[in-house]
Amino acid sequence: MSWSRAADRQHSGSSGFLDHSPVRPPLGLALLAALGAAFFMLPLLGLLLRTPWGSAWQLLTARDTLTALRLSLFASLTATAIAIVLGVPLAWIFARTPFPGRGLVRALTILPMVLPPVVGGVALLLAFGREGVLGGWLQSWFGIRLPFTTAGAIMAETFVAMPFLVITVEAGLRQMDRRFEDAARTLGAGRWMVFWRVTLPLVRPALVAGGVLCWARALGEFGATITFAGNFPGTTQTMPLAVYLALETNPDGAVVLSLLLLAVSLGVLIGLRHRWLG
Amino acid sequence: MTNGIRRALATSSSALLLASCGGAAATPAATPSGPSGSITVFAAASLTGAFTRIGSDFQRAHPTSSVHFSFAGSSTLVTQLQQGANADVFASADQPNMEKLVAGGLIHGAPAIFARNRLAIVVGAGNPKHIMGLASLSQPGLIVLLCAAVVPCGRYGNQALQQAGVTVKPASLEADVKSVVGKVALGEADAGLVYVTDVKAGGPKVQGVAIPEAQNVIAAYPVAPLKDSQNLALARAFIGYVMESGGGQATLRQFGFLGP
Repeated sequence: MSWSRAADRQHSGSSGFLDHSPVRPPLGLALLAALGAAFFMLPLLGLLLRTPWGSAWQLLTARDTLTALRLSLFASLTATAIAIVLGVPLAWIFARTPFPGRGLVRALTILPMVLPPVVGGVALLLAFGREGVLGGWLQSWFGIRLPFTTAGAIMAETFVAMPFLVITVEAGLRQMDRRFEDAARTLGAGRWMVFWRVTLPLVRPALVAGGVLCWARALGEFGATITFAGNFPGTTQTMPLAVYLALETNPDGAVVLSLLLLAVSLGVLIGLRHRWLG
Repeated sequence: MTNGIRRALATSSSALLLASCGGAAATPAATPSGPSGSITVFAAASLTGAFTRIGSDFQRAHPTSSVHFSFAGSSTLVTQLQQGANADVFASADQPNMEKLVAGGLIHGAPAIFARNRLAIVVGAGNPKHIMGLASLSQPGLIVLLCAAVVPCGRYGNQALQQAGVTVKPASLEADVKSVVGKVALGEADAGLVYVTDVKAGGPKVQGVAIPEAQNVIAAYPVAPLKDSQNLALARAFIGYVMESGGGQATLRQFGFLGP
């Protein structure tokens, strides 16, 4: 897990033994690397060049855009909060408690990272939809309906984004110095106290990184949301959905919205640069 | 390892060579006067079933020709064509999208209407909510799906509701017709406004409730060859076949389309 190694390096500063003197790359390697970098930069450049800067502010503050933005912020932050409440205990179990089938459970919980989000949306419908395994029961017992609601949009985002938090926190837990926990325990602290007062503060960098990553992923979620929660302004139409639907009729608006999402993602990367870019 | 890859590449390229030789050898057997070669047809997503069938029928009638399709939302196809995509024929689900290409000088000649489509209400099999028409859609508690207003079916749907004087509070404005039908088929929504042809394509889990003509909206489907076509003769022959009553028209009718 390269993230955890980066996390380690953050603690100890730049560790010496991996650093070599700079080497001039072979020409072929440099050319291919330049091509690779251009492949990532050109689309961003295209977005910047085609942005209608004159009307950008007006497009950004249009009522529909603000509605989508507000909903996106609310849904992604709530999804992140749920991911922290459920994901940190999950990460703790994965890192500390061996049990039969742990590998399988772990694989299943981080599956949404590689699953096409639309497939995730269909799976959510089949589980929590009105005709779903659990959804039918929720509907008849409590009158709770999840598809086509803001709660559904939050669920879709949590489903797709929580794995990022789980694996980051789990890596942090595996890397931390467990002697502090042992010491606390020998001094008489209970298991809950150790978790709360020793473990959590020690994995705080991983928790922050995982939380931010999870939030960014939730903010960008599209496929599972439109499949499970649908698309209705103010209820389930988040920013990415608004971008997609604006593309054909209001391309300028779509470009400005894309730029906003890009700025947020870039902000996340810069905020976490010590972990990945340092 | 490298040897293996080289051998695999050699095998596949000789297979390709053989395949193309085979194609060339078959050529003299066909009528020498008929159109030949290949064309690419950009067609609206709602034409997927009908045009696939028409394409294979056309190729059977003209063995030296091959027709390739790219199906997507009409507006997506227009964007692709404006960005320089290579195609010979464009078949749109509405006239505004065709007009965009005409205005851009990308169309050869004038488009012709080859089919019409109308709206229907899609409901679950057996119509469990007893939906009788557009007026039923305003019932409270009913989960109704419409297409987003940017897609033709959304525009038509709003028009139909307006004509019927019905106000609907939709649960979601879906990005395309297929997801409306899909969610009704899954039982997650009670009803949706879609094309008659989509109800037909939706399978046994859904059924349609007809909308009377006075409230209904008729979508006209225009087709035209593109100016940059490399095989205008074959493009014209294909469009001719689509318009032919014994050919394309019969197939379109089977899929629920109305005549032009």
